[in-house]
Amino acid sequence: MTLGPADRGFVDEVRRESGQDPSNCYQCGTCTAGCVYTPFFDYPVNQIMRLLQLGQKDCILASRAIWICATCEACTARCPCEIDVARIMDVLRIMARKEGLVSEKEVRLFHDTFLKSLRRHGRVYEPGILFGFNLRSGHLLRAADLGPTVLRKGKIPLLPKGIRGKTSIERIFRAYEDRIG
Amino acid sequence: MANKVYAYYPGCSLDGGAREYDLSLRRVLEVLGVELRELDDWSCCGTTPAHTVDHIFSSALAARNLAIARRMGIETLLVPCPACLIALKKADYYMADRTFRERVNALLEEPYEGGIEIKSALQVLYEEVGTERIEALVRYLFPDLKIAPYYGCLYTRPPKIARFDDPENPTSMDEILKACGFQVCEFEFKTECCGAAFGLVKEEMVNRLSGKILSAAKECGANAVATACPLCQQNLDLRQAQIERLEGKPFRLPVFYFSQLLGLSFGLSESELGIEKLVVDGGGLLSSRRQKAA
Repeated sequence: MTLGPADRGFVDEVRRESGQDPSNCYQCGTCTAGCVYTPFFDYPVNQIMRLLQLGQKDCILASRAIWICATCEACTARCPCEIDVARIMDVLRIMARKEGLVSEKEVRLFHDTFLKSLRRHGRVYEPGILFGFNLRSGHLLRAADLGPTVLRKGKIPLLPKGIRGKTSIERIFRAYEDRIG
Repeated sequence: MANKVYAYYPGCSLDGGAREYDLSLRRVLEVLGVELRELDDWSCCGTTPAHTVDHIFSSALAARNLAIARRMGIETLLVPCPACLIALKKADYYMADRTFRERVNALLEEPYEGGIEIKSALQVLYEEVGTERIEALVRYLFPDLKIAPYYGCLYTRPPKIARFDDPENPTSMDEILKACGFQVCEFEFKTECCGAAFGLVKEEMVNRLSGKILSAAKECGANAVATACPLCQQNLDLRQAQIERLEGKPFRLPVFYFSQLLGLSFGLSESELGIEKLVVDGGGLLSSRRQKAA
């Protein structure tokens, strides 16, 4: 791969938002060794850390790895330099959203569908998320094979349960939206 | 201890797909004399979808619940789901910083100023109830069950926030189950990630990862898995048929909530513990039940 010029402002922003210093990473690879998602990543997590040190903003923010990371926190727990790597991955996802560089659009769609359900009811309604995701992703039959079992086992409530304090939830969403403009 | 009251935050999963975790845990805690008061009008913690959007926003969704616990005048919030647990703990942890706290509180109707202790059901059972009190209530043994204790990612990670048990080799669930007379296997995949909430978006990936956990459970000689997480349970149990097709081999491993196993050993009925809601049938495994010698 060809590296672009280092974007130092990007490195500073990650440092500020995560409270972590990426330059502490000496590339031992412990994070990658313990990451069960490595086979599914385009860049293993230690390479994300190296690309970050080199200020490779676009490459990182458009990577699939940052969206496949499940925040299982193994990297954070094991980093000998005590870098909260999972926090950095989280900050990178947030930045990718803001910059419109999300590569894994279905992961984002799932998150957005989840938050929509939360906003509407105050709690999430699992069947609503499934239908919402399938409808908007075009995968109408996703997880359909599990449907009969879930129904037979009485694992889904028939209706969403709302909370009384929906206005307090709406206030959180609104205040956040106002802040980001 | 007997007088301590816990605020209880079931979370959305225990109100939905993980009903049997809620049912069994409430019954087991009742038998143990642990008093719960459900958090009044609790809301979703926001979990992963919220923290990929913004940290102030995600902390506000979680902290709304901490503020309610504070208002109820209860010091300890008991949280059975590790995803909720870590979302609530992270909010509390980062809100110790005044600037961060003020930014979060600006989004809240009712501010949270700290002071709530957040503990998992596993932690309360292990540290506050204790294995001795649990053992004293055991009436039945299940000698045929060989259990792989599966903790998942978030009970012990990240260590600075979770502050519970050993991050690499937790043993609290092992010891609770042993106190109930269960055979517990040496399981090496205790804290490996099952694929988390990616089931809908990346089904094959989740099935591969969960398949590794089921394979490891088989290899250590287990014929059942114990879990304390709704998402882990769902991935290992509901998806087990998919995993078997993908891996081309049968597992037939029932995946119990650890609270169900406690309840069974206390002599509670299968129906009040929601055993019939498990997808993979325990088959004859529970029929080895025999009374514990006094």
